Amino acid sequence: MTELALDNRTLPDRSTVVGWLQNYGVYLGLAVLLLFNVFFTDHFVSGENFRTQAVQVSPVLIVALGMALAIGTEGIDLSVGAVMALATSVTSLYLGYGPWLALVAALIGGAVIGLAGGSLIAFVGVQPIVATLALMVGGRGIALVLLPQLKDVRDPAMATLGSGSVAGIPYLALIAAALALIVGFVVRRTTFGRRLLAIGDSRPAAQLAGLPVHRVLITVYVCSGVLAAVAGFLATARLQASDPSSLGNLMELSAITAVVVGGTPLTGGRVRIGGTVAGAVLIQLLTATLIKHDLPSSWTQIAQAVVIVLAVYAARERGKR
Amino acid sequence: MTPWRAAVTAPPDEVLAVTGLTKRFPGVLALDDVTFTLRAGQTHALVGENGAGKSTLIKVLTGVYRPDEGELRHLGEAVTFPTPLAAQHAGISTIYQEVNLIPLMSVARNLFLGREPRTRLGLIDFARMHREAKETMAEYGVHIDVRRPLRELGVGAQQMVALARAVSVDARVVVMDEPTSSLEPREVETLFGVIRRLREQGIAVLYVSHRMDELYAICDTVTVLRDGRLVHTGPLAETGRLQLVSLMLGRETSEVRAEGVTKFSGSHDAGSRPVLSARNLDRRHQLHDVSLDIRPGEVVGLGGLLGSGRTETAKAIAGALPLGGGEVTVDGRPVRTGSAAAAIRAGISLLPEDRKSEGIVPGLSVRENIALAALPRMSRFGLVSEARVDAVVDTFMKRLRIKAASPHQKVGELSGGNQQKVLLARWLAMHPKVLLLDEPTRGIDVGAKAEVQKLIDELAGNGLGVLLISSDVEELIEGSDRVVVLRDGSVVGELTGDEVGADQLLRAIAEAAEEETPRHD
Repeated sequence: MTELALDNRTLPDRSTVVGWLQNYGVYLGLAVLLLFNVFFTDHFVSGENFRTQAVQVSPVLIVALGMALAIGTEGIDLSVGAVMALATSVTSLYLGYGPWLALVAALIGGAVIGLAGGSLIAFVGVQPIVATLALMVGGRGIALVLLPQLKDVRDPAMATLGSGSVAGIPYLALIAAALALIVGFVVRRTTFGRRLLAIGDSRPAAQLAGLPVHRVLITVYVCSGVLAAVAGFLATARLQASDPSSLGNLMELSAITAVVVGGTPLTGGRVRIGGTVAGAVLIQLLTATLIKHDLPSSWTQIAQAVVIVLAVYAARERGKR
Repeated sequence: MTPWRAAVTAPPDEVLAVTGLTKRFPGVLALDDVTFTLRAGQTHALVGENGAGKSTLIKVLTGVYRPDEGELRHLGEAVTFPTPLAAQHAGISTIYQEVNLIPLMSVARNLFLGREPRTRLGLIDFARMHREAKETMAEYGVHIDVRRPLRELGVGAQQMVALARAVSVDARVVVMDEPTSSLEPREVETLFGVIRRLREQGIAVLYVSHRMDELYAICDTVTVLRDGRLVHTGPLAETGRLQLVSLMLGRETSEVRAEGVTKFSGSHDAGSRPVLSARNLDRRHQLHDVSLDIRPGEVVGLGGLLGSGRTETAKAIAGALPLGGGEVTVDGRPVRTGSAAAAIRAGISLLPEDRKSEGIVPGLSVRENIALAALPRMSRFGLVSEARVDAVVDTFMKRLRIKAASPHQKVGELSGGNQQKVLLARWLAMHPKVLLLDEPTRGIDVGAKAEVQKLIDELAGNGLGVLLISSDVEELIEGSDRVVVLRDGSVVGELTGDEVGADQLLRAIAEAAEEETPRHD
């Protein structure tokens, strides 16, 4: 029966179409949504609107990059929202020593949470969903201990970072784009990226091939933690305030949505960074479109659900093969 | 066939029987016209090598599978078991290798699951349940607090709970699939005591095991399957060990086949000092004091029946199994055991038996699979050099003649033979000193098989030390310069030089079994 598998290229049209949709469906959806807005939404095609959308999507996008890595190893990282909260607390505590030091402190915080999660998963063998759930609850707790209530952030450098732009492109969007390129490069071109995919696809085989499974898993969750901390730092700059009780709430779910809609299967072994970016933008644009057309926010949620189900359905069809 | 007629034709003590049973799976004929009868009070051994069809037969008898052709009779009447539950209601209990109980529930609850004693209010009568559970377990030599969760028990004790549960549900037939694989000798004694009691009560036991001593100690009848066909059935006492082994492996002891069935050339010039030495490998229930040497340029065969510890030996050497004791050296330098990465660094490569789940990474391309282990050699500062990967992949795809649409095709889509070649390429790219091959040609087509065999020959010719595990007698004999014979996890013999022949091998496996007095009787 394995001999037959060679003839995959000549399989019926249906599965070819579904396979194509799984690979490129997110871009198609994005294109359709863009066209709809161009024709039916007032003031859609304006620099101001694009800038707003880009700034809003940046934190989700950055978090989703780390999430894509975790999902690529057949894991998940629920602690990302809490890491954002921790990052905002740390940022406002250390801002007195300058924004750079505050950034470094926030990144260290994210790395520590990632290290804790990764170690639990790799060495103790705790399931990723449980390990990072514990950190999601505990991490926000720590954030609130460090900074019990909302605090304004008054720092000119932070203000520039949050709302400034270069050549009409917001800093936030530039940073998000740069990070997406870096993560995409890491996945494609480094030993770490290759190993990550092998571990996600077949952990026993990866282990027997002598791959450093523990080290790779821990690195993945540290990366996810650091990326979430970056997102928390940037969100703090944009909002000009630190609010550890609300920043990053439900961010883990938005990030998972972006990754799944982007065509990265939850079963691991595959990471699609381009798709993840498109997925994040698609969800952002969908929300914006419905709001612009004066539909209540409940409609947004329903629409998101439909998109997720469609994405998962396409992925499932692929998996059945 | 009408029930009354069946009742007339069937012998009075027949409990469960199949006639003309055929079962197909896509691409595989698992059972081919098998006829099999289980009588009351019989302890019936079912033996055969991998892929012989034992599991399929058990699954048909216990209602997991339905036969494609053939008739299943229960107490003389033709029946079909639509579900495993229906078979259970008919009095057929199964104890699987992996214990099928609920680990978090107490021993007593596991024992009485689904038929708990009730109080007048319809609540579970815990006092009675615990008392009865305690008595039952004591009969099986397990003295424990039955209120404790099952998972706190040792595997042997858990097996006893499974057995007690299986028997206590009014069983007429008890199917035991390798029941002793995780039992201590003392527990095996207890199990045999239980089986004898079942026999006295007229309960039929279908006993699947690879341990010869056990079969001869407890079974009275034997059925041998090979490649899905029935090759022998009859009283065990009339079947010698040597005959049984030949039946299982498919070689008549008197039959001498022409040489050159395989692509192996035969002998190699081995170096004098071993490249790999394994000493006193020990692992609970699996390996006892296994030692062997492999010299450069030598193919060492590992012979023995299924379950004799061949795969475990290879995995232990490759660091893929934690060991209780023992050491492995490569070129005289010790290798940390229990770490696949350390073994690979030392130059040991393993082609695992379970190619699909432990070998290939199915979703990745041929190229990524070949490069996987050797990535650090083809990278600088963690960046993969695509040019170097291409060069290596290209070399091996040509050298091993790997047939794929392109290097970017997913490995999962290739044929078995090509998957095996991809794995070989992965290891050869590491320039190993020792290659451990666990059933390298199983499940691949004839052409690819010959190619792989030729390749193994070439590699040994180039000075690689090779350990070859194969259930194919021809392959083992013609491929190996030396054969180390294992039984029940111990080395029981070695064939060298002219002794490497099919007859000698079968005799070594069988005689080794005969030399010692049976452990459990």
